[in-house]
Amino acid sequence: MARTTGNGGEDERVAGGGLLHRRAFLATGALSMGALGTIARGGTPPASMAAPGGPLSGYGARASASDTIQRRLPARIDFPGTGSSRTPLDRLEGTITPNGLHFERHHNGIPDIDPLAHDVLVHGLVQRPLVFRYEDLLRYPMESRILFLECSGNSGALNAVKPAQVDAGRLNGLLSCAEWTGVRLSTLLDEAGLLPEARWVQAEGADASGHVRSIPLDLCLDDALIALFQNGEPIRPEQGFPMRLFLPGIEGNASVKWLRRLKLMAKPAYSREETSKYSDLLRDGRAELFSLRMGVKSVILKPSLGLDLRGPGYQEISGLAWTGRGRIRSVEVSADGGKSWAEAALTEPVLSKALTRFRIPWQWDGGPATLMSRATDETGATQPLRADWLAKYAPGQGYHNNSIQSWHVDAAGRVSHIYA
Amino acid sequence: MPDLRRATLLLAAGLLAASALSAASLGAPILSTPASGTPALGGPALSAPTLGGSAPAAGPRLGRPATPAGIAAIDISIGADGAGLPKGSGSVAEGRVSFAARCLACHGEAGLGPDGGAVADRLTGGVGTIASPRPIRSVASYWPYAPPLFDYIRRAMPLDSPQSLSDDEVYGLVAYLLSVDGIVGRNARLDAKSLPRVAMPNRGGFVELIPRQFDGNLDRTIRDR
Ligand code: HEC
Repeated sequence: MARTTGNGGEDERVAGGGLLHRRAFLATGALSMGALGTIARGGTPPASMAAPGGPLSGYGARASASDTIQRRLPARIDFPGTGSSRTPLDRLEGTITPNGLHFERHHNGIPDIDPLAHDVLVHGLVQRPLVFRYEDLLRYPMESRILFLECSGNSGALNAVKPAQVDAGRLNGLLSCAEWTGVRLSTLLDEAGLLPEARWVQAEGADASGHVRSIPLDLCLDDALIALFQNGEPIRPEQGFPMRLFLPGIEGNASVKWLRRLKLMAKPAYSREETSKYSDLLRDGRAELFSLRMGVKSVILKPSLGLDLRGPGYQEISGLAWTGRGRIRSVEVSADGGKSWAEAALTEPVLSKALTRFRIPWQWDGGPATLMSRATDETGATQPLRADWLAKYAPGQGYHNNSIQSWHVDAAGRVSHIYA
Repeated sequence: MPDLRRATLLLAAGLLAASALSAASLGAPILSTPASGTPALGGPALSAPTLGGSAPAAGPRLGRPATPAGIAAIDISIGADGAGLPKGSGSVAEGRVSFAARCLACHGEAGLGPDGGAVADRLTGGVGTIASPRPIRSVASYWPYAPPLFDYIRRAMPLDSPQSLSDDEVYGLVAYLLSVDGIVGRNARLDAKSLPRVAMPNRGGFVELIPRQFDGNLDRTIRDR
């Protein structure tokens, strides 16, 4: 908010298509938004002031006007237990995903688990195989971190031949960010005592798919958590109640929910979820195994498909950026299809392995425009072009698509998905 | 910091009080010591192993020793080398019968999925197509090892009634599915000895990303060039 300007004058323009300096903000836009509110109308007091309001409640509900903000469910459901719902990213602000809108991916339904009957076994290449009850874990030192979680199949639709005309939530909503609180996995591994041959940890869930993944020991000894709380409350059943593994920056499928077993092994098990699925088939017919780290990525959410522009003039472009390698260093935005780029402002705090909100003001002249965003992370890695990304992988390979995305704005302000 | 921990414990206490009635379920079978009451602090006094990475926070050491029998009952995983495969066996002919009864409705004729008139994943066919412009991924064409097929069917299938098959039935189903593409013979019978020896067609088709820190993303590859 350092500077305001009446008209987004030439001195504020930093790239083609009307992008303004990231610190340029207009006061006029906000005024016109409020013009039809109660206060401006004058006269009788609003109904909300003329009678007592609603009662106290044990667990709060959101405003009924917000009830249209729902997870995006698939158009077709063949088997109710397996599939995904997506976070409606384009309907949310900030960086934290409300618990009821956190995306879901289950392989055979959400189990109903009694926390007092639930325990987790640590065994295999350990000195002492141990059982930890849920109650026991609640007494361990806890750690809280704000972290993103992304399914590696997120944005898989970007490899379709024609750009899917769906909103940003449907395209990219296998993504969330929450404050996760739990016990460091390394604390429990330390207690069981690792044998020198241990290199992998197999994590298994107590659901009807017996979901299981082999995870490199290094990741487990680094910053992995056994998460017990999500945004302050016990984690939701859809997220693994009573406990889930949480591997910061790693593809979501490996953060096993409803965790019941951790087996220390010398080699991976090469089970179905790490070979048949979640392996990345390359052009030459070979497939990458254990491509676990999520790459650097960003998406523009405002404007985006379904959030059309109401007329020329000042707009705020905003979106989310993240990387599995640490912090976002910068996000650049283009309004002219990638011919020129301007740096967006990053909303503090910029946290490691969390979503980062970026914003940049834009003076839209009312003509057709192509909006793109390109993030760079602290290791210096930058999002690839879609064509370069496609050239690496076999047709139909949809995992780990972090290529640059584009929205087209037509003269009427309508936003559509394009490949630019 | 003490405040944070206190808050967490209070929160936990509220949650536990709410489900206090289910305390009867506490005697979990994998424990070798009774699970009621306050767990003993301290635990067995063995020296801590050395860990790589950042030092873990010292915990209160509340883990209880697990018994071998308890572990055997809960550990259903099979290694790629066949470690953990159970006794028993099953033949292609037996598997064909089980498949028709328990799997065909979802996975289609001969496990051909959508090509077999069904909606669930294709399990057979496509061998030799993986490096082609139109790769067809199935168990037969893509999976590197055979024992994980036993592991997956036993833990997760049939979708509507997982963990209901006997070990013999699972061996039979694996034999039948692999016979469709000639990976095992039409008269094959599989067991813990023979299953790990089955050679999957795409065994050599994988690249491991261990030296690249499990990061195959193109942005990293470009940066490191
Ligand atoms: C009610 C439908 C249904 C039935 C019955 C069923 N399956 Fe499945 N099967 C599925 C679905 C759906 C998936 C994918 C599950 C997921 O990951 O979400 C699947 C996945 C599989 C896979 C993994 C495929 C791959 O490429 O990764 C195998 C193998 C399999 N089933 C075998 C069987 C066998 C053998 C039977 C019979 C004992 C069986 N299924 C019965 C629906 C079914």
